[in-house]
Amino acid sequence: ELPAPLLDDTYRNELREEATAVKSEDFQDTMKIAWRYQNLPKMEASPTTSTKFGHYYDLSKKMSPELFQSIKWHSFFLPEELSLESKLKMCNMNCGYARLLQSIQRIIYQEGFDGSHPQKKQKNILRIGIQSLGSMLWGDDICSTDTPEDSHSLTKFLYAYSMNINYLFHHIRCVFCFHVLQNKAIMERVTNLSDMVVGLESFIGSERETNPLYKDYHGLLHVHQIPRLNSLICDVSDTKDLAFRLKRKQFTIE
Amino acid sequence: QGKFTLLRDTRTDGSFLVHHFLSFYLRAGCKVCFVALLQSFSHYNIVAQKLGVSLTAAKERGQLVFLEGLRSCLDLLFGEEEQSGQPSPLQFISTSNLKSLFDFVRTSLTPAESESWKGPVLLVDDLSVLLSLGATPVAVLDFIHYCRVVVCSQLKGNIVVLVHSSEDSEDEENKLIVNSMCHHSNLILWVEGLATGFCKDVHGEIKIIKRVSLESTEQDLIQIYQYKIQDKNVTFFARGLSAAVL
Repeated sequence: ELPAPLLDDTYRNELREEATAVKSEDFQDTMKIAWRYQNLPKMEASPTTSTKFGHYYDLSKKMSPELFQSIKWHSFFLPEELSLESKLKMCNMNCGYARLLQSIQRIIYQEGFDGSHPQKKQKNILRIGIQSLGSMLWGDDICSTDTPEDSHSLTKFLYAYSMNINYLFHHIRCVFCFHVLQNKAIMERVTNLSDMVVGLESFIGSERETNPLYKDYHGLLHVHQIPRLNSLICDVSDTKDLAFRLKRKQFTIE
Repeated sequence: QGKFTLLRDTRTDGSFLVHHFLSFYLRAGCKVCFVALLQSFSHYNIVAQKLGVSLTAAKERGQLVFLEGLRSCLDLLFGEEEQSGQPSPLQFISTSNLKSLFDFVRTSLTPAESESWKGPVLLVDDLSVLLSLGATPVAVLDFIHYCRVVVCSQLKGNIVVLVHSSEDSEDEENKLIVNSMCHHSNLILWVEGLATGFCKDVHGEIKIIKRVSLESTEQDLIQIYQYKIQDKNVTFFARGLSAAVL
C-alpha cells in the first residue's frame, strides 16, 4: 500500500520506474537509512528555490494499480520464500538473508542489469528497498538480545549485497531501513560497509519537540557518511544542519 | 625495509592514505600485493590515475597483485563448488579460517625466478572488514602475524594496513585489533576528523607516530599536521596555518 504520488502534467512525463514512497508509520524515534547510489541529486543551497526536487505523494490515498502495471517491479516476502524450499546454507549466513541475496541476484540476471543480455534495451535505475533489515522480521536477533546467535549474518549480507551491485553496469539505488540496532558495535560495522549513511531523528518524545527553533520541523536529518567513489574527495554540501518536515503531501529537507 | 605501517582513522575516512601508499610503492618499483576488501578495482584505478599511476598497467606487467574482495566473494557465493586444490582467498567467510588468505599473500609476494622488483609490499584496505565477515579477532591477529613473518622478516618487505577506530566505539573486537596493531607498528599514521566539527578548508588532522625502536622504551617521535584533501593531492600544513586562515 504505497501512497499515491501527486502528479502534475510535467511530472507525469518524468515519472521513473518506481516512486520511492515513505510511509508515515516508519518514522519511529530513530531510524537509519543506508543508501548506495551512483547519481547524487544536487542539494540546493538556499531552500527558497522552488525546483521540483524530491518526490511528491499523498499519504491519504493509495497508489493506483494502473501505475503498478506500467512498471516492472519485484517483491520479496520472506514467509512465502521460506516455505518453498528447504533450508539454504550460504556461507553461514542467516537463511532469510541468503534467500534475499539469491532473489536479488536472480532479478539482476533476469532483467539484464549485469550486462549479461546485451540484446535487451538500456535499463534505467534499479531501485531496491529493503525494510527493517536487521530486525526479527528477517529472523535476526541482533536487535533484541545482547548475545545474538549469529552476529555476522547482517554484515555478511551487506558485504555480499554490495558486491552484487558494484559490478553492475547500470545504476542501482538502494534503500534499507534499519530499526535502531541496540548493538552499537554492529551498527559501526554496518556504517563502515556502507557508502552513504543518513539518519532520521524524530522530535517526537524528545525535549526538542518544544524547542522554538524546531517548531516548523518534525525532526533532524543527520548525514553520517557520504560516498567517496572514484575520487580522493567527496562532494560535501555547504550546510550540515538539516531538518526535515513531513506533511501529508510533502517531505521537505531544509 | 621490513617495516609495518599502521593507518588508522577516527571520525573520518583515511583511505586517501591507502591511495597514496599504493601509488608510492608502485612508482618506487616494488611488487605490491593489495588486499582490497571494500572497493572495486576501478575505484582505485581511477584515483591512482589522478595520482599518476596506472593500476591496469601495473597488473599486466606483474607488479601488482590485486585481490578484489568484492568480486572474489561473488564467485564464492554464487559460483560452483570450489575447484579442487584452489581454495578461494576469501574462504574464511564460510570457514572463519584466514589461512587461505595468508597463502594467497605469500604466493603473491614470494618472488619468482625471473622477477626483479624492489622489495615486496602488502597493502590491506581495510582490516576491520574481516571482522564483519566472520573472522575472529584472534584469527585476524594471527593472520597479520604470519604476514609479518613472511613479508617483513623473510622477504624484507613492508606492510601497510588500514583500520578504523573511534574513542567511543563499542566494537570490542575491533578495539582489540587496533590496540594490538598499534603496539606492533613501526609507524602509525593516525588521521582524525577535527574535534570541533566539519570545516571546508581543513579536513582533519594527522598524527605521525614514529617508533624509534620496538624493543627499547625510548620516546616515540610524534608530529601533528592538519590536511586538506583535493582532487589530485593532499596538502599538509601546521596546525592553525591553513591557507584559508593566513
